[in-house]
Amino acid sequence: MNRKWIVLGTVAAVVLAFVAGVVVFTNRSNQEVKQAAQTFSDALVRPHSPIFGNPVAKVTIVEFFDPSCETCRAFYPIVKRMVNASFGQVRLVVRYAPLHHGSDTAVKILEAARQQGKYWEALERALAAQPQWAAHDRPQPQMIWDLIGDIGLDMAKARADANGPAVDQVLRQDMADMQALKVDRTPGFFVNGTPLREFGEAQLKALVEQELKKAGAP
Amino acid sequence: MSEEQPVAQHGNGRNATFWMPLFLAWLLALLATAGALFLGEVMGKTPCVLCWYQRIAMFPLVLVLGMGLYASDARSVRYALPLAGVGWGIAAYHLLVFWGVVSEGLVPCGKGSSCADADVQVAGAVPIPLLSLAAFTGILVALWMARARART
Repeated sequence: MNRKWIVLGTVAAVVLAFVAGVVVFTNRSNQEVKQAAQTFSDALVRPHSPIFGNPVAKVTIVEFFDPSCETCRAFYPIVKRMVNASFGQVRLVVRYAPLHHGSDTAVKILEAARQQGKYWEALERALAAQPQWAAHDRPQPQMIWDLIGDIGLDMAKARADANGPAVDQVLRQDMADMQALKVDRTPGFFVNGTPLREFGEAQLKALVEQELKKAGAP
Repeated sequence: MSEEQPVAQHGNGRNATFWMPLFLAWLLALLATAGALFLGEVMGKTPCVLCWYQRIAMFPLVLVLGMGLYASDARSVRYALPLAGVGWGIAAYHLLVFWGVVSEGLVPCGKGSSCADADVQVAGAVPIPLLSLAAFTGILVALWMARARART
């Protein structure tokens, strides 16, 4: 046999084995994540979580969110638009997945603002200025305090709340749920309990459409 | 190989005995490259700094040795040996870091994943740097054999 064909054949065999490995591994991990979402379905939505949109909407998007994550920032207006355009059929539940250094501090500040009913204002300010405070090698989440100084918060109370036990409890519960649900990157989406496995805006919209149809929405 | 004439440095076609060890070295590099890409891109394990340096030495071996095999060119051994040698050194150093013999403080692994992390293991048992060292060792031995055969 020609040696050139041995070389080409070996390359083809290794490439084929690689592709087969990708298929097997992807299927298995998809299965695991689905399994986790079913087993720990009560970990998806907790009563403490911020909700955007109609609280009794038929379709629930659960987003595991990291305030320092660029993709979370990019998805925020997309998801917001989806909720707003759904005529009360879709709601967003925000869960925290502070995977970056400094994200936990950012979450605490946002949660402190929520205790005074200014959560979404604070979140939008923080996301708008994310490139300034969330450099991954030198995060400065404390900068968020300056960003939200003029949205009408009692700052002394907010600073105390940020380090209080209620906020800490929220963060701990979300991180525990994140691990139980095998969320290892952000944003991690679940739509009515189904994990979004193939990541993307179109895929998320398709999954929401599918759940809307299942729920019998017009 | 019964002819009297000395073996040419390259392009001596189908009678070259260096081809088999060269093929073995290339196969090891190909499998190691596919394995590294699978761990990193499919299983989502972020390569640490030292892993990247080993990749830099390993990936080109597939092309250099592949071209050498394709053209039955023994000179490819000469170009592959430095890569394999450097890769072997980095893999050995990485293994020392992983086992804690050398402090990780010597290498800036701050960003991304740690080189001494238990996560650099396959199937929870075999450290990736050990696999890497084994692959580079095998490649070096096979290349050395190929060089010896090409010279005789």
